[in-house]
Amino acid sequence: MFSFCSDPSVLDGLAWLSCYLTTGTHMLFYASFGVVLLLLAITAPIALLFGYGGAMASRSRIAPVRWFGKVYTSMVRGVPDIVFFLFVPIALDQGLEWLRHQALCDSDAPVRQGNDFVVCAAAKLPLSTSPEWVHDIYAMTLAVIAFSVVFGAFAANVLYGAMQAVPRAQLETAEAYGMTQRQVTRRILVPQMWTYALPGLSNLWMILIKATPLLFLLGIEDIVYWARELGGAKTSSFAYPHPDWRLYYFLAVLVFYLLMTWVSERVLDRVIRRLSAGQATMAGEAQRKAGVV
Amino acid sequence: MSCAQTIMDYGLRSLGFGERLLPRSDFTLCQQFTLIGSGLIWNLYFAFFALLFGFFLATGLALAKTSTNPWLRKPAEGFIFLFRGSPLFIQFFLAYEALVMLPRAGVEIFGFTVATSWLTKAWAGALIVLTLNTAAYSAQIFHGALMSVPKGDIEAAEAYGMTGWTKFRRVLWPTMLRLAWPSYTNEAIFLFHATTLVFFSGFPAFQQRGDSLYYASYFAGQTFNPFIAYPIVALYFIVSTLALIGLFGIVNRRLNRHLPGAARRIRYRPQVIR
Repeated sequence: MFSFCSDPSVLDGLAWLSCYLTTGTHMLFYASFGVVLLLLAITAPIALLFGYGGAMASRSRIAPVRWFGKVYTSMVRGVPDIVFFLFVPIALDQGLEWLRHQALCDSDAPVRQGNDFVVCAAAKLPLSTSPEWVHDIYAMTLAVIAFSVVFGAFAANVLYGAMQAVPRAQLETAEAYGMTQRQVTRRILVPQMWTYALPGLSNLWMILIKATPLLFLLGIEDIVYWARELGGAKTSSFAYPHPDWRLYYFLAVLVFYLLMTWVSERVLDRVIRRLSAGQATMAGEAQRKAGVV
Repeated sequence: MSCAQTIMDYGLRSLGFGERLLPRSDFTLCQQFTLIGSGLIWNLYFAFFALLFGFFLATGLALAKTSTNPWLRKPAEGFIFLFRGSPLFIQFFLAYEALVMLPRAGVEIFGFTVATSWLTKAWAGALIVLTLNTAAYSAQIFHGALMSVPKGDIEAAEAYGMTGWTKFRRVLWPTMLRLAWPSYTNEAIFLFHATTLVFFSGFPAFQQRGDSLYYASYFAGQTFNPFIAYPIVALYFIVSTLALIGLFGIVNRRLNRHLPGAARRIRYRPQVIR
């Protein structure tokens, strides 16, 4: 990166370090922090949407929809989330390829032959001729869907509880005014549930942050991947030889996560305090008594 | 090969007994059930001992956190923040790298050579990480419960002339446990689920002795079929989780036995995770 970095073997001390920390692979390492933030930014709203759908489904009057909602919300209760992270991407990938196999291939051969999953070249996802970045995007999309499904189930739990916590009298009053079920949901239920949902959702956000290193298991080149790659011992055949430094790389990653959770905690505490102002809850009452508002 | 024979061969495979080679082709349902079930031994082992050691450590940490002495309080707060604020996955990696760096020959302490190589094995290293992790989460729960012990209870204990250890053992501690138990049940479930991370992080599975998810992913990888192995793991975990809830429910009833009607069913709320 710097002009004096052209021959690393003659450098030492700080100059060596500054060159070492700005190599191309280190830039990829720094970019992977962005990948984590991107995943958080994309997953959080989608998971919230899934959660809202799940919570609404488990309140539904139509029995099959309600059953589906109940199964979805209780899915994460007994099974470790990591099982889903391993299962959902492969299952989704194979499901999509199977569908394309039915539509695009003219062979009648079954997709499962012994221990292999075989589809014709036209049905492959992504196509083997497609460039590298398409594969990356596809893997990332599958990861986002896996995260959204799992955290959607968590969020559905939280939102379902919050919807139940909205005082019944409020909804009945709205019904007495002649509002339809839809109007009650949109005008009364949803605006009021947030104050009840926020502690759970903020907890969920922390959980989501702490689940992002699992991207590594899905084969994404994330911070864990790069920390292992860069930290491993480099022999003198490399431009920047060094012993096993993985410990220091993981320490850096650890500090990154501690910072993330620390900042989130501060911000969410503020938001919760804002939202509970004037609410008929314990927190709101405490604020009123203390004369904050 | 009959299913009984398979169970004989692979029932304790995760501990290193029985057949050495894992099945390589023609996987039967029986083989998958047996091997994944055998891996569950590790999950139960990690969960049991981490909860056992972590419980006492957490009580100590919670007490330290309530202390007015900053020399006790600050380290406890720091410890809790460190382990609750970072992903367990990273903690495993970090611990493994740190433990590998210990000298192979052992450390000399006062002329004795203390062997260190066992620390890099999953059974010890991962157990230490899990114990510290659950201690931090539980300490937070216990601290919250300790803060909500009714003032009247403490005053009553003092009126009886109880101080220090007696007051803690007879009044504070039982009440703290009673208040914390529902949350602590959730924590135990999440710790149990977190044990599946051990062999996916830094710790290698020596001679393919892994936990249930390790074998499930082995089968899924060999057959390219995630629709059999993973549901088997899920089934095992659902059953074990139900058993865990049952066990903790018994303890909950015992903790609340002097309060008729107070032993509500523990509502399972997924609030914490690593």
